[in-house]
Amino acid sequence: MSTVAPVDKPAARPGRAPAPAAGKPRRPWSLSKTAVNGALLLATVYTLFPLLWLLTAAAKNTGDLLGGRTISPSRWHLGENLGNLLSQSDGIYFRWYANSLLYAGVGAALCALICVAAGYAFHVYDFPGKESLFGLVLLGVLVPTTALALPMYLLATKVGVVNTFWAVFLPSLVNPFGVYLARVFCAGYVPGEVLEAARMDGAGELRTFWSIGLRMVMPGFVTIFLFQFTAIWNNFFLPLVMLSDTELFPVSLGLFSWNTQTHAFPEYYPLVVTGSLLAVVPLVVAFVALQRFWKAGLTAGSVK
Amino acid sequence: MTAPGKTESVRGAGTGARAPRRRGRLGAPALLLLPFFLLFIACTLVPLGNAVRLSLYRESRSGLGFGGTERVFNGFGNYTRALEDDAFRDGFLTLAQYCVLYIPLMMGLSLALALLLDSTLARARRFFQLALFLPHAVPGIIAALLWMYLYTPGVSPVIDFLDSAGLPANLLGNPVPAVVNIALWEWTGYNLVIFYAALQAIPREVLEAAVVDGAGPLRVALNIKVPLIRASLTMVGLFTVIGSLQLFTEPMILHGAAPEVVTTWTPNMYAYTAAFERNDYGLAAAASVLLALAAALLSFAVTRLSGSRSRKREEAAG
Repeated sequence: MSTVAPVDKPAARPGRAPAPAAGKPRRPWSLSKTAVNGALLLATVYTLFPLLWLLTAAAKNTGDLLGGRTISPSRWHLGENLGNLLSQSDGIYFRWYANSLLYAGVGAALCALICVAAGYAFHVYDFPGKESLFGLVLLGVLVPTTALALPMYLLATKVGVVNTFWAVFLPSLVNPFGVYLARVFCAGYVPGEVLEAARMDGAGELRTFWSIGLRMVMPGFVTIFLFQFTAIWNNFFLPLVMLSDTELFPVSLGLFSWNTQTHAFPEYYPLVVTGSLLAVVPLVVAFVALQRFWKAGLTAGSVK
Repeated sequence: MTAPGKTESVRGAGTGARAPRRRGRLGAPALLLLPFFLLFIACTLVPLGNAVRLSLYRESRSGLGFGGTERVFNGFGNYTRALEDDAFRDGFLTLAQYCVLYIPLMMGLSLALALLLDSTLARARRFFQLALFLPHAVPGIIAALLWMYLYTPGVSPVIDFLDSAGLPANLLGNPVPAVVNIALWEWTGYNLVIFYAALQAIPREVLEAAVVDGAGPLRVALNIKVPLIRASLTMVGLFTVIGSLQLFTEPMILHGAAPEVVTTWTPNMYAYTAAFERNDYGLAAAASVLLALAAALLSFAVTRLSGSRSRKREEAAG
């Protein structure tokens, strides 16, 4: 289609070219520029408004929050709210926070390592049944995780790990999509020549993976880590099913349990709001700092 | 793809060193794959099989459960029980309404915004990308909490604003749009970045050729750019379908504030209630399996649909 067109279309070019230069048609040009950026700005207001509200609501006390007609607080109570958060139930919120950091930090690091190892193996080696095994991984991407939570709970009761750290930690190490991403990243970052050179120098296969392959695919590792960190930090269904001991709760489940109390005890409202604000902070910081990586991850996922 | 071929030739070259090397070759990939597949089996395949098995049994009410000995084979009894339950069917109906509203809106909105961002007129692209993506950094449960507050009269400045503008709104009375809005807020920016990245990967010559051919910006966007990022559209569609069917967190939060959001509002909530409020694990497993089947069927439809479309296009082109 486009091979034919340029021949008979040069006439269209001079017709179009003078338009922006003439001065008169400048207005529609800048008008559409305003329209494009205005639409983007409008969408940005929509995405940022609830976050702005969260920021200001965390500075309101119970009365201001429940009767608050305005976005901005009449008086600032952020310090007071943080103090209440610290003292509520012996500072259980910060226990939840530490739990979340543990589940998400250690879990995501291990998960990324496991995914990269598997993706590297899929990329570098040839072995019988390789592609059907990889097909199984891709099928795993399609399994709805919440459909697994209940059977997993029943298994956990059988094994006796329900309501323990492991019940939430172990399932979070599995991410079939991470293996897919790792394979794509290895194809982009790990050239076969370098591995050959390492083998020639006498490095074993595992040593080659550890000290060369893994180093080279580090951007992929960070990407998978970031996505898994978010997934674990955000996970709600699995801890809800598995945990009843509040000491083991992650932040998400803790805030949920507080939120269910707000009907009877309105003083929980500022705790939930301030707690929410603190729980959002690490992810926002991570995403702003690691923009390069999440963008790379999204791109790698979308190009097949 | 070049790497395995090369190792092959190296392997064939030195006959003397072949045996120990090959053992290493088979051992290393097995060792690297082992952690993932062990966990994959334990946390995906076994629970999946367990769910199917469980769905065929019924707990007899005599014991307190957990023993496993009072479990009696029930065939497809749990499936018929679930399918005959109005609450379960209503859950699927709610989910259908949600999907019909949410999926086209989200896909349309994120694609439109990505095209706007990709147009030559857009300014401050990095800022817009980050600002639009930011809701994804907010945990789903907190997003739901935030919007619940913004829907609650008295707490919400939005409702106050609408009230003072003479537009009294009961945002919690309409749960489907209320939940759709939360999901839109969480996912539009995320998918926008995927689409935008794919748009950026389109070779500029293709677009220049189209402009030279006299295509306007709208035509370039719809007839050139959109078809070229079909792989991304399909993938996002696939993940959106799988994710939508699992709807749980947002309605679970709204349940506390909106009486219309009952505890069996979505199939996932139905399964949760069946398991943890009624201790009817067989029914819960059957509901989960039906949900997973629905997800599988729909994802098959999505990939099939886009596949046949691209095939048609190729035929038309050729």
